[in-house]
Amino acid sequence: MASTYLTKSKSFIIHTLKSKLHYTTRTSHFTNSLFHHRLLHTLSPLPPVPKHANYYSIGKDYVARRSHATTSASSQINQLPVESPSSQILDFPGGKVKFTKNMIFTSNSTEERVNCYRVLDDNGQPFTDDIDLLKINKELALKMYTNMVTLEVMDTVFYESQRQGRISFYATTTGEEAINIASAAALDNNDFVFPQYREPGALLWRGFTLQEFANQLFGNKHEYGKGRQMPVHYGSRKHNYITVASTVATQIPHAVGAAYSLKMEKQDSCVITYFGDGGTSTGDFHAALNFAAVLEVPVIFFCRNNGWAISTPVNEQFRSDGVVVRGKAYGVPSIRIDGNDALAIYNAVCEARKLAINEQTPVLIEALTYRAGHHTTSDDSTRYRSVDEIERWKGDQNPVKRLKKWIESKGWWDNVAESEYRSNIRKQVAQAIQVAEQIEKPPVADMFNDVYDVPPRNLNEQEAFVRKTVKKHREDYPADVPL
Amino acid sequence: MLGIVRQNVGGARGLSSQGLGNYVMRLRPVASAMRNYSAGTKEMTVRDALNSTLDEEMAADPNVYVMGEEVGEYQGAYKITKGLLDKYGPERVVDTPITEAGFAGIGVGSAYHGLRPVIEFMTFNFSMQAIDHVINSAAKSNYMSAGQINVPIVFRGPNGPAAGVGAQHSQCYGAWYGSVPGLKVLVPYSSEDARGLLKAAIRDPDPVVFLENELLYGESFPVSAEALDSSFCLPIGKAKIEREGKDITITAFSKMVGYALKAAEILEKDGINAEVINLRSIRPLDRATINASVRKTNRLVTVEEGFPQHGIGAEICASVVEDSFGYLDAPIERIAGADVPTPYAANLERMAFPQIEDIVRAAKRVCYRSVPLAATA
Repeated sequence: MASTYLTKSKSFIIHTLKSKLHYTTRTSHFTNSLFHHRLLHTLSPLPPVPKHANYYSIGKDYVARRSHATTSASSQINQLPVESPSSQILDFPGGKVKFTKNMIFTSNSTEERVNCYRVLDDNGQPFTDDIDLLKINKELALKMYTNMVTLEVMDTVFYESQRQGRISFYATTTGEEAINIASAAALDNNDFVFPQYREPGALLWRGFTLQEFANQLFGNKHEYGKGRQMPVHYGSRKHNYITVASTVATQIPHAVGAAYSLKMEKQDSCVITYFGDGGTSTGDFHAALNFAAVLEVPVIFFCRNNGWAISTPVNEQFRSDGVVVRGKAYGVPSIRIDGNDALAIYNAVCEARKLAINEQTPVLIEALTYRAGHHTTSDDSTRYRSVDEIERWKGDQNPVKRLKKWIESKGWWDNVAESEYRSNIRKQVAQAIQVAEQIEKPPVADMFNDVYDVPPRNLNEQEAFVRKTVKKHREDYPADVPL
Repeated sequence: MLGIVRQNVGGARGLSSQGLGNYVMRLRPVASAMRNYSAGTKEMTVRDALNSTLDEEMAADPNVYVMGEEVGEYQGAYKITKGLLDKYGPERVVDTPITEAGFAGIGVGSAYHGLRPVIEFMTFNFSMQAIDHVINSAAKSNYMSAGQINVPIVFRGPNGPAAGVGAQHSQCYGAWYGSVPGLKVLVPYSSEDARGLLKAAIRDPDPVVFLENELLYGESFPVSAEALDSSFCLPIGKAKIEREGKDITITAFSKMVGYALKAAEILEKDGINAEVINLRSIRPLDRATINASVRKTNRLVTVEEGFPQHGIGAEICASVVEDSFGYLDAPIERIAGADVPTPYAANLERMAFPQIEDIVRAAKRVCYRSVPLAATA
């Protein structure tokens, strides 16, 4: 596990800290020369002390400490740390800052918002003349498209099965199929995925079968979660997809920690984590981005800005220009992309991955999209938004339709293939549901293991007690619960 | 100083096999931590016990790393991580921005991926900022993922009251964390406890909450040669009988063990022979040892610094009533901190926490020896 003793950032941090105590930075080198070697003749006469309270309160500390290092302290106390008199600069920890005589408050709103990267327009035609950007071959395009259709159909059928009472809960990805599939397509299978809960597409892309999805939804004994969690809380170690947790945005700092581990191991992979616009309000989002920038780790922060956090629209969630501008605040390279354009997503994530791994930096991607479905089956979004709005996004802005138009224009797909594929998948999903429904539930033995690596005595006692009770009063327990 | 020599050699062996040649290592003996008495007994402060343990475990396993506020450059808010930054570098001793939720979450994430973090909370009072990650992200993950994600993380730091630090720095979190399935909660008392339990915690594949005590950091305890060995480890979930007795059982953990032992000496003069149990582990709680002791003595006093309601003593009482009801000759007494946010003034603070006299009086009451019930809160 080879690694460098001091990473660039850490050496900078130690450097900076030392400078506060021992003056071994460039600044003090300069000031040393100023005070000790009397190089004043190389500078024009110094300007008078500015009366700006802000600067002075910061500078005073600096100047006061520096004066201890010199013999002629008194005459130097009021001197300013400047390179040249015409552009007064403060050499502050973190970098040089230019002064200005204009008192300007930055505005609370931006007249011009950050631009949004897209490749295909609303009609699925290239938005750019640069053909090179469309570097997707037929095989990849069809794989992406068919996966998006599978996701769409899967969502519809599973949602209906909840309505029929066959499963207890479901959350669709309607409107976000491009994000789900195209982002996964741009990654390597070794890249770790830390999802929120609206990204089963990454699993689907990596080979999770419809049956495996259905098993989790029914909580039967074949599902990898052993029936421990609600539906849509998928997780699969072998697909490098961390188990979904209900807690919002906790996966964001987790992703940074995992990326730190990758960095220490010097692996040629990165971590991606997904979250919605709502998740960016949490403390975890803030801490994670801040840390990721400081620790310089290879993580892609993918924000699905879909306009709604249950019933909270984005203008009640934050007043910044979306999420992309926050990256700048933390020192994280960021981009805003069209979240309904599969090709734009693919390109952006490819590039983000390269950046993250080659330069060991976090990257923030804000994908603008729309949550065309309800938040979950427990929600009826028509209660807080207009049906017209929902229909409009389901229609024109539908990411599946848009990619379909493009691949049709390339001659790679047609309506016959479409209807055939859709009916095929619908049958498969229905079949998977039927099979999953019949499979036994997990046994009682699975209730007490995995709490710890090795079950402690009290849990073994409890399990024995439960078995005894169930055996003794079989009639009180459902027949399909195996022991 | 056989333990020291063995530690260095063992560390070096561990290094080469893990390919740590790239780390700039300057092995320093733990000589400063030891004071040789003429009789050959070695003493060690709890602080040095913890420091030497971290040092040895980091040398033995390159996946172990330390993270927290002030752990690196500042050498640790309480100097527990002193010297580690110089020895292991900033990649393995990570100073963090001020966000417990942030670094706890990041630690958990790195544990998901295979590292073994030791997260320091400056005090466990600050862990409340991160408690969602400790419980929902660490404790429950192995279960919720059905064994696909295990979290070999240790959360450590001072717990409970110190001296004159006020209400927001004095709470005991033993009961809070002790109720969560998926966590292990350890409470060392002596230096031997500190070494053995911290090693066990770091090597354990499950998340461990390691509750230390600020006032014990500076206290010296004798340590056996066995405890100084770098492979020394204490079992998790086993209490220690610090003092054997036959008239009454007193259970305690952390600093209160010392108080209970002093109370036992005082009681001895009054003809009451007390058995003192050092819990060492709140979760799993060593119900077997406690019950065996009560079945021998027939009387029980539980001692803790935390708030009385839903405290550790409450759980012990329930356990003894469930398992050994017929053996009790008297009702159980719980000694706990006063049911108030800790006051700052020294006289009030003293009254807010159990003192040796409180334990003595409680023991006598349980033995039906004359003293009327003191005015309780």
